This record gives sequence, structure tokens and C-alpha cells, in this order.
Amino acid sequence: MAENFLEVKNLKISFPTDDGLVKSVNDLSFSLERGKTLGIVGESGSGKSVTSLGILGIYNKKNAQVEGEIWLDGQELVSASDEERRKLRGSKMAMIFQDPLSSMHPYYSVGRQIMEAYRVHHRVSKQVARKHAIDMLGRVGIPQPSRRVDDYPHQFSGGMRQRAMIAMALVNDPELLIADEPTTALDVTVQAQILDLMHELQEEFNSALIVITHDLGVVAELADDVLVMYGGKCIEYASAATIFEQPEHPYTWGLLGSMPRIDRPQMERLVPIPGLPPSLINLPTGCAFSPRCAYEPRTGGLGTTVPPELVPAGGSKHLVRCHLPTEERQRIWAEEVKPKLEAQ
Amino acid sequence: MITYIIRRLFAALLLLFIVSAAVFSIFYLVPRLVGATPETLATRYVGRAATPETVHLIAERLGFYDPIWLQYGRWVKAIFVGADYNIGSSVEHCPAPCFGYSFVTHQPVWPDLLDRLPVTLSLAIGAALLWVAFGVSTGVLSALRRGTFLDRAAMGLSLAGVSLPIFFTGLLGLLLFSYQLGWTAPGGSYTPFFENPGEWFYSLLLPWIVLAFQFSAQYARLTRAGMLETMSEDYIRTARAKGLRERDVTTRHGLRAALTPLLTIFGLDFGLLLGGAVLTEQVFSLPGLGKFAVDAITNNDLPKVLGVTMMAAFFVVVANLIVDLLYAVVDPRVRIS
Repeated sequence: MAENFLEVKNLKISFPTDDGLVKSVNDLSFSLERGKTLGIVGESGSGKSVTSLGILGIYNKKNAQVEGEIWLDGQELVSASDEERRKLRGSKMAMIFQDPLSSMHPYYSVGRQIMEAYRVHHRVSKQVARKHAIDMLGRVGIPQPSRRVDDYPHQFSGGMRQRAMIAMALVNDPELLIADEPTTALDVTVQAQILDLMHELQEEFNSALIVITHDLGVVAELADDVLVMYGGKCIEYASAATIFEQPEHPYTWGLLGSMPRIDRPQMERLVPIPGLPPSLINLPTGCAFSPRCAYEPRTGGLGTTVPPELVPAGGSKHLVRCHLPTEERQRIWAEEVKPKLEAQ
Repeated sequence: MITYIIRRLFAALLLLFIVSAAVFSIFYLVPRLVGATPETLATRYVGRAATPETVHLIAERLGFYDPIWLQYGRWVKAIFVGADYNIGSSVEHCPAPCFGYSFVTHQPVWPDLLDRLPVTLSLAIGAALLWVAFGVSTGVLSALRRGTFLDRAAMGLSLAGVSLPIFFTGLLGLLLFSYQLGWTAPGGSYTPFFENPGEWFYSLLLPWIVLAFQFSAQYARLTRAGMLETMSEDYIRTARAKGLRERDVTTRHGLRAALTPLLTIFGLDFGLLLGGAVLTEQVFSLPGLGKFAVDAITNNDLPKVLGVTMMAAFFVVVANLIVDLLYAVVDPRVRIS
């Protein structure tokens, strides 16, 4: 059914609430090969974290409706049983979370938490698991791992904690690794170290990596391909190079404009995207981004009435969800947006 | 860790000293504030027919004219070396540890307290086992089945448990189970454990259940709230992402964190109970410390009241000390800082 290592097809995740159905992920499709990195970018509430939890199968069937297909190495996950998904979690696919302090149990030592992750999927003695944990801590660059293994999360610095978190995720050699905002809670200097580490480890393990972030800097550092999410949908998909050089969606332009750049002098000229992310209960009719889009008037009324399809765009394997014609988008980027970004 | 223990121990000792001084001051100052004189205090220790001269003499011999700190010092000294009370007709000896001497019953207070302690201890331990087991499991189930009929029924019942006083549930229980159905012992039938364990169990069963009902209600609510909170923590999501079985996620990661704050409350509750489960003992006529205190108050027997109060304070302080030390074992963050 699926030729790629990971293939997500028409994934829909929604949560019934008292106020209505929250459509967090709405018809999302993408694929990923081993050894490649996909960056999923979007604002808070765009559905990026829900997507990752959906792939891992961490949802409660009682309050989440999941539709579509998720193929991981030839196995379909949405229709799989809870137990089948549980066995894959932590072994074949693993996740690194945003805030390593709150994501690790405060009452158990770091080593014990790594051992626990290992022993769920391997029938080994505590001694063997402990050796493995120490080994992993060393590999993610924690000095004196045999001494630090019995320390508790609160005794680690932020960067060390994130390294330990990575060690915990990698302890079973997962083939798919999902990192949800892996550097957001860290100091800038530590961020770079963690990104380097993730890059190295990915090459070493040849795993497929999904990096979820709102930080385009992280994407530039790690991703081969980029998926831009808005209102639970993919609105632009392209190689990382294309996203930075030839983006075609007005929202992606906005993201680029609001990204601080170290090679530009004045920070106050950051351009925020006006307005707020859409309500996932009542998405705007037509294009979800239309209420915030400066170019909406040029669609001749289509923007507010008809939802745009995801269609091929200028670059190779480049997809974009926008009513503007390709030539028009390329012209706006080249003549109106790009010069402004560069002039900042 | 060692310094932590020493610091806690020292703090506990200091607290005991402060509590004893405060309790002593209250019992010896407050009567004076409302008009009592050394003479009126001394009348309690001699017959009503005594002449003013005798009363004056007794008051002097018992040291009622001395300043408060001297009296307090004497009271503390008696704990370590004992004391003799000269009330004219005879000299009453109170051996160490002397926690006061009752002139109503003409007995030292301490052996009396020791007599009553096993009753209260039996009641408290049995009830605590019941309420922890029942309260915590109900709370966990309620949290995991949140919003279901089971959750609502359990929380409704626990609301009843929290709000119905012991003298209502206790009397109702006695009426129903002891007098109507005959399943449990009627009031006033306490048998010591070493005399007959079966009878002991039979006589305490209903008091245990009644007392535990009130506490387990409270513990079920606290456990439920704690579980709901911890189960939405990030580390629970991590535990699931590791592929742990849901049972392990709930117990090892969820319950472990949810129960830690309960430890503090348990320490306080249990310590307080050891000082006497006043209402329960009164309702079931159990000769424990609570009943002892009520009787002493009714008889205006100040030394006994003082003694039982000190004992209760001692248990609360010790229970807190144990909780503090346990906390360091349970929560690694306490151990280090």
C-alpha cells in the first residue's frame, strides 16, 4: 500500500467538545523516507503537535476521532489495536518533547526512566538495562554518565535534561523519531548543541526524523523538506531550500517576515502576521487564511468562498494551497515580498 | 540527608517545648484571667468543707502562688524525676514520668494515659488501614472513570461521608448493624487485643467502619483530584510515548505522584487521631484517650486535661516528623535542597 517508510494519508483528528467539533488535523497527507528529516511548521494550534501524537497513537479513543491512514514501514496504525500501537511506541517510533523538566518524572532518576523505556520493549535484567542507559547517556554527550545515571531530572541543567530526553527516546533505536519543539525551552547556545546532536544521531541511526517547530531557524538547520500547517491543514509543502528561496504561500511569507535574523541589524522591524489563528471549531469559509491575507482581494472573491486545493507549485515536489495563480504568486514573492524582507 | 534529619529532629523538639509551654500557660493563665485565684484553684484539690486557712496552705504547698514559669519548670521537672504533692492530709507521690497528678481520682495521670492509649491506637490503626485502602482506590477509580456513573456515585457517597458527622453515622450504624441486625458489637463492649483478639476485632469493627467512612470520603476526593491533575502532566505523556502499559502509566507514574501530597495530610490526620478520636470514642463508649479527655473536662480535672492535651500534641508533632522524613524518601527534590 505504501512505498515510503512513513506515509500519512488523509489524516483527520478531531475532538468533540461542548462548543463543537475541534478539527485539529484536517485531511493531512505527507510521506517520509528513512534518513530524511521533515520539518512541520506552524503557529500554536495549527495542529502540528496533535499530528505527532496521532502518529504515535497517544490519544484517547473516547474523546478523539481519528480517520485516514498512517503507514509505518508497511503497517497501518490508525486501524491497529491499542496494544499494537503501544508495542511500536518507544521502540519503532519515539518522541522527544518540548520541556524536558516537566516531561520527565520528578520522582525517578534519569537512569531509571531510561531503563524503564528500554525494559518495556526488551526482556533484560536491570543490570543490562542500566549498562545500556549509561551507554546512551554517554552517546548523547553527558559527561561521566556512570555517575550521572542516578541523578534526578532536577539535578540536570536544561541542556543536559534535553540530552537525557533524547537518550531516552533513542534507547530502543527507533526508526522514526518525532521531536516536538526540541529546543524551545533551552538557551540559545544550548539550542545549537542539541540541534547538532540530533543531526549527528540521525545520521548514525539512519532514522526518519520529524521536527515540529514554530522556529524556522530549526527548520533551516535540520529539515530536508518542510510542511507548513495552518488551521489543521497543509498549506505549503516543499524542500527546505524552496521554502526559504521560493515560497509561494502568503502565510509562509508572513512566517519568514516574522523570523528574527542574526544577519539583519534591527530587530524591531520584524513584521508580525496580523490577526489571530483561526478557530478550529468554525474554520473560515473559503481559505482558512483569507481573513489575515493581504493578497485575498486579488483572488476575485474566491478566497472567502471556496476552500483552495493543495496544488503543485513552482518548485519540484512543491505543493501550495492558494487561489492565486502560480505566476502571480511567484511575481508577488519576487517583486513585492522578497525585496521587503531583504530591505529589513 | 543526615543534616536534614537532625534539623527536623531539632525542630520537632523545639516545637514540643513551645507547644507544652503554650498549653501549660493556657491552662494556668486562662482561669486566672477569668477571676480564679490560687485559693479557688486549690479548692479543687481539697474538700469543699475546708477552711480558708487550709485552702491557703494547700495553695501554697502546691505552688499556686509561684510565678508561672516556676510552675511550668516544676511541671517539666516532674516528667523527668517525678514529684510529691503535699495536700495536707497526706503526701501523694507521682513517679517519673509524671505528667501531673489528679486530685479527683487521687492518681498520677501517666499510667491512666498509658491504659487508654491501646484503645485509641487500635481504633486509629484499624480505621487508617481501611480508609487509605478504600479511599485511595475509590479516588483512583473515580479519576480514571471520570464522568461515568461510577464516578458520580462514588463522589456523591463521599460528599455524604464528608458532611455527615460521626455522631450521626455512628448512632445510625449502631442502630442498624448492632441493634437491628446484630452483626456488630453494641457500644461499650471494648475488649483488649491480648485478652481476646476475636472479641477485640468484633468490638472495633463498627467504630473502624464509621470512622473510616468519614476519612475515606475525604481521601477519595483528594486522590481523585490529585490523579486528575497528575494524569494530565507532561511526564504521563512521556510515559505513554515510551510504550508503557496503561496500568503502569497510571500506577507507577500517575499514582506515585498523586499520593505524595496525601502523605502530609495522612500524617496530620493520623497524629490527630492518636490524641483521641473524641466523637467516635464517645459514641461507641470506647475507653480511649478521647473519652478520657471528655471525662476529664466534665470533671474539671485540669491535670488530666493537660496531660492528655500534651499527649495529643506529642503525637501530632511526631507524626509530622515522620511525614517530613518520609517525604525525603519519596520526593528526591526534598532530599537535596
